Amino acid sequence: MRLKPRLQPLLISRYTATSCIGTGLAATREALAAGRSGLTPCDFETVALDTWIGRVPHLEEVVLSPVLADYDCRNNRLALLGLLQDGFVDAALDAVARYGAHRVAVLLGTSTSGILETELAYRARDPHTGALPAAFHYRGSHNIFSVAEFVRHVVGANGPAWVTSTACSSSAKVFASAARLIETGVIDAAVVGGVDSLCLTTLYGFNSLELVSKTPCRPYDAARSGISVGEAAAFALLERAPASLDADAVLLTGSGESSDAHHMSSPHPQGLGARMAMEQALAGAGLQAADIDYINLHGTATPSNDAAEGQAVQELFGSATPASSTKGATGHTLGAAGGLEAVFCAIALADGLMPGSPGTEALDPAIGLAYQVRPRPAPLRHVLSNALGFGGTNCSLVLSRAG
Amino acid sequence: MTASSSLPPLAARIAGIGLIGPGFDDWAGARTVLAGEAAWTSAPTRIPSPSLLPPAERRRVGNVVKLAIGVGLQAVEAAGADAATLATVFASSGGDGANCHAICEVLASDDRAISPTRFHNSVNNAASGYWGIATGAMAASTIVSAYDGSFAAGLLEALAQLACGAGPVLLIVYDHPYPAPLDAARPMVDAFGLALLLVPDTAAGKGPRVALGGFTDAPADRLADPGLEALRTGVPGARALPLLERIARAGPGRCTLEYLDALQLALDVTP
Repeated sequence: MRLKPRLQPLLISRYTATSCIGTGLAATREALAAGRSGLTPCDFETVALDTWIGRVPHLEEVVLSPVLADYDCRNNRLALLGLLQDGFVDAALDAVARYGAHRVAVLLGTSTSGILETELAYRARDPHTGALPAAFHYRGSHNIFSVAEFVRHVVGANGPAWVTSTACSSSAKVFASAARLIETGVIDAAVVGGVDSLCLTTLYGFNSLELVSKTPCRPYDAARSGISVGEAAAFALLERAPASLDADAVLLTGSGESSDAHHMSSPHPQGLGARMAMEQALAGAGLQAADIDYINLHGTATPSNDAAEGQAVQELFGSATPASSTKGATGHTLGAAGGLEAVFCAIALADGLMPGSPGTEALDPAIGLAYQVRPRPAPLRHVLSNALGFGGTNCSLVLSRAG
Repeated sequence: MTASSSLPPLAARIAGIGLIGPGFDDWAGARTVLAGEAAWTSAPTRIPSPSLLPPAERRRVGNVVKLAIGVGLQAVEAAGADAATLATVFASSGGDGANCHAICEVLASDDRAISPTRFHNSVNNAASGYWGIATGAMAASTIVSAYDGSFAAGLLEALAQLACGAGPVLLIVYDHPYPAPLDAARPMVDAFGLALLLVPDTAAGKGPRVALGGFTDAPADRLADPGLEALRTGVPGARALPLLERIARAGPGRCTLEYLDALQLALDVTP
């Protein structure tokens, strides 16, 4: 039974992704179809940890336009590299031209913004005064809004803008925010997505919580032992859906947001918050659980996260809906994960491709899901993507194929 | 903004206000100052300790989180609302600078062993997470940032949530000065927190009404009192002061708040 959607479905008129499995959609599609992982032993900066990371190649070679030099940092270089793929900048510029700069929003998610620049600046403090180097530019790199301000300049949008930073649900939640701004007539289109880049804070921080794996992460595996930290940039352009659409057009049809109200760094043990977000996303899309053909799990590969999410999914969907986590391919891209996995879901719908779970070998028998270890072709109509954040902030999105 | 009658209005009643800042311990005191009934005397911001948090969590949280929770509880109490039922929107320009400073110092040292508590307090949604733990609220919670326009961004997100049927939305805005050396790169005059409990704009609604009047490239409103004007520009959350002044003076009218370059927020206020 189809129910009435809560908000009008939105067309995802352009999307792109850049992560360790590929720069742009063609490479990303190929990697997802092959079930390939991009994780490598950690060789980032001066980090001395026995772990694997999802590092975007050639990021150090990206150069920002001199007029935007104040924004130079690893995170904004990654944003630019991502924007330049798949004609995304041109699509955004076209939206700005069609609707007017004030009618296009830029809403992005990140967890650490350009904090790496601050980490490096602290190493270069003046030994006498403790001052940071004069070249340190707080607004362009450290400040959490930096990436949205940067992208706004690149695409020429002058509508509302903000960064949502709710840890690992950040860039899923901006899809929901953009849908509300379009529904209320504040804007006509939005550039949404997420950018998060490798830094010492997250690598050493997750290590301090004993949440990083010594091997490539193994979501939902009985022997899973923690996350692999990754980096990514993912962007989507959202607009009202026209009356007529190509069959392979991808729509944002529902979103749901909730809080665990439980603990800062562990999920609600039964995944209650996750379940509420998924239920709201289904209700928002006017769908029932049985309508969902594939679930892109948050699936971080920590013992507690996968157990809690698995229980919530099983209670809501039963054990037959195909599901997988793609974090064994990309690592956990933190604030970019929600946006990156929304793009993976768009690829899945457009291409009829169900992603697998690279790295996963022996499923945890305590979690009863129809877990997809290998990618396979499958006609998909509606898919759901989970993004469950540290601090207990959850977001689920439903994406649908037009025909 | 082009508004058509079929669109949900971006308007709300303000059922409760919380305010903590330099010389301000609550909305009742701030209201008399902003209404011109009492003089403003600057004094260091006093941040209450949140008794609602379990003792273990209370020991872990920084001043930034205490400020956010304190100001949020003021607004909830003023409205006689149940915090456990509310969706929340947090807005802050920079989160917990003291915690970030401590982590960066450790990472610049020979021993990079970050404290686990430091790390889990480093997420920008720490205030949102602790708010949920303190109140049991499981509704949607988000945190937005837009540099000096963070209050305007939070208000926009909260009004849009309300218009799309989220039910009452508690907007909590908070900023806290950074320690040295970060303070040189991002100076703030003092800590400032503000909370607005936004409820649907119904005929029976109580409290002042605030509606988005559109966007403008006109400059944001300034405050006549030089001290208050310095506060407005000295800490991002205080960019809300022209709206609070309009509410305190209990007269109808429009105010313009700082948001982004060439995009300020025009708000229509009705007592």
